[in-house]
Amino acid sequence: MTAHSTTDAQPPLSVRDLTVVYHEKPVLWDIDWEVPAGRLCAIVGPNGAGKSTLLKAVLGLLPRASGQVWFFGKTLAQARARIAYVPQRGTVDWDFPTSVLDVVMMGLYGRLGWFKRPGAPEREAALRCLEQVSMQALAHRQIAQLSGGQQQRVFLARALAQNADLYFMDEPFAGVDAVTEEAILRVLHQLKQQGKTVVVVHHDLETVRAYFDHLTLLNVQVIASGPMEATFTPENLKRTYGERMTGASLPMAPSG
Amino acid sequence: MLELLHQVFTDYTLRNVALGSALLGVVGGVLGAFAMLRRQSLLGDVLAHAALPGICLAFILTGSKQPLLLLLGGGLAGWLASLAVLAVLRHTRLPEDSALGVMLSSFFGFGVALLTFIQHSNNANQAGLDQFIFGQAATIVASDVLAFVGLGGVALFTVGLFYKEFKLLSFDPDYAQSLGLPVRGLGTLLTSLTVLAVMVGLQTVGVVLMAAMLIAPAAAARQWTDRLSALIGLAALFGALAGVSGALLSATRDNLPTGPLVILCISAILLVSLFLAPLRGLVWAWLRDRQNRRRIYLERLLLDAHLLHNHAVLTPQTLAQHRRESLSAAERELRMLQAWGWLEASSTGYALTPTGHAKAHELEAAMRVGAKAPGGP
Repeated sequence: MTAHSTTDAQPPLSVRDLTVVYHEKPVLWDIDWEVPAGRLCAIVGPNGAGKSTLLKAVLGLLPRASGQVWFFGKTLAQARARIAYVPQRGTVDWDFPTSVLDVVMMGLYGRLGWFKRPGAPEREAALRCLEQVSMQALAHRQIAQLSGGQQQRVFLARALAQNADLYFMDEPFAGVDAVTEEAILRVLHQLKQQGKTVVVVHHDLETVRAYFDHLTLLNVQVIASGPMEATFTPENLKRTYGERMTGASLPMAPSG
Repeated sequence: MLELLHQVFTDYTLRNVALGSALLGVVGGVLGAFAMLRRQSLLGDVLAHAALPGICLAFILTGSKQPLLLLLGGGLAGWLASLAVLAVLRHTRLPEDSALGVMLSSFFGFGVALLTFIQHSNNANQAGLDQFIFGQAATIVASDVLAFVGLGGVALFTVGLFYKEFKLLSFDPDYAQSLGLPVRGLGTLLTSLTVLAVMVGLQTVGVVLMAAMLIAPAAAARQWTDRLSALIGLAALFGALAGVSGALLSATRDNLPTGPLVILCISAILLVSLFLAPLRGLVWAWLRDRQNRRRIYLERLLLDAHLLHNHAVLTPQTLAQHRRESLSAAERELRMLQAWGWLEASSTGYALTPTGHAKAHELEAAMRVGAKAPGGP
């Protein structure tokens, strides 16, 4: 735990009074939220709770009606180089004419700056990131030929190429195969060991306790947020998902 | 044909027309490639149509028919229209195709209204403005070609400068924004460059047919390659090829309009690409599909024969019963397997050859592992 992200006095992410409105309907209401350094944090909530919207609003991809967001005590523009984003893989056209390696190199565009083209060093860096997700053999594949899990791993490798301190991942586990799930978990633990902070939108209550150590329960508002064991309680889950979720259907059995 | 080529170098008019059309093809192909990837091909159509009121207004305000001046008016109007379209898409809940469709017709309608007004205004100078609707390439003179070189050069140079950013913007705008790229500015820049392409095309193909020069070269190129750089290069090449051949074809005979012929040429290139390109061509896809179906059919047939051979006797009668088909069908299938060298006639009927056995075992092993069908990708 020597990475400089842990020596920051300020938390990696601090959100105050964030509200997002879509056509007069609030999708996020008065969010106060803090993410502690060096943790694997899950955002969990029912469909339409605003999980993806929260990531996008925090990253400035959606207009906010109100609220302030600080990264490591700085503004988004100042902290940009320390932040990486993994969008949902369904948001792009995978028939785009490009190769796996090309997509991963896009993670280096921010560092390259204007007008410079990626060259041999970028190629090598991208290959190393593909290795971390066991995709180096497919580096020269057309992205149209990838399976859903492989697409997800390409997106993950692209974010790894940014070498950030704070990662946002939108539903990386959604609809992926077992090999991919394992690869993502391996990367998450590596990032944690390096002292990085990871915020993941997650949909599966069965696995959330095993995969993450910090939990934010979201349903338009933040219902609860804190260390996993203290936050993953039947009362909190019921308040998040509503009364239809009875104690019997909650996965409360201790998991590995 | 040779005589025509000779004319390109000696005939002043033909040379200018061919050069202008080729330039249009290159610039339209390159910018159209990005428009296609960003799913904004129709936006190009709207801004081309919107150039007509701009041309008319430029004429009304200045009374001059200076081509560059009219092109600037058209370009400015197209540019404003594209900004208006993007604003409407961003701020209203109109579906994209409805918004684009209605704005295209209103801009064009406004243009036609202005044109009619000018034509009835007793201005002796007005004749020929209507050429911008379908284009009139024969009016292109050397100074126009120079203007096209300037406009197209700016567009191509800018694309080269921002190639990496445009690529990321087209593939994943949200991610581009998360990297700190000014995606809205870059998007506006790319759309503005499309306006330059439209300006190059106004005299040659006119506002109505311009969209084809943006869409068709890129769509054709997409059939041949999976790489963005190659896609852009091919689109430029196809566009230029269509431009020159259209110009040459129109010179073979009197009263053949250049613009529509250029469009017909690029449409022909697109059709050929859609059917015959090795990567995505419909003909090859159909053949591959047929081959796959046939392979799977033969493999299933061999497995059935193998089963009967091992557990009973393999005769036309038993095969027909097992596969619930007619005796003649079974006889035909057995002959087919025999022709493949997988079966041979025996004393009791048919027997698998060593090759047939080996193939059947290979298929069974593959099915047990649950792997992909053998021979598949």
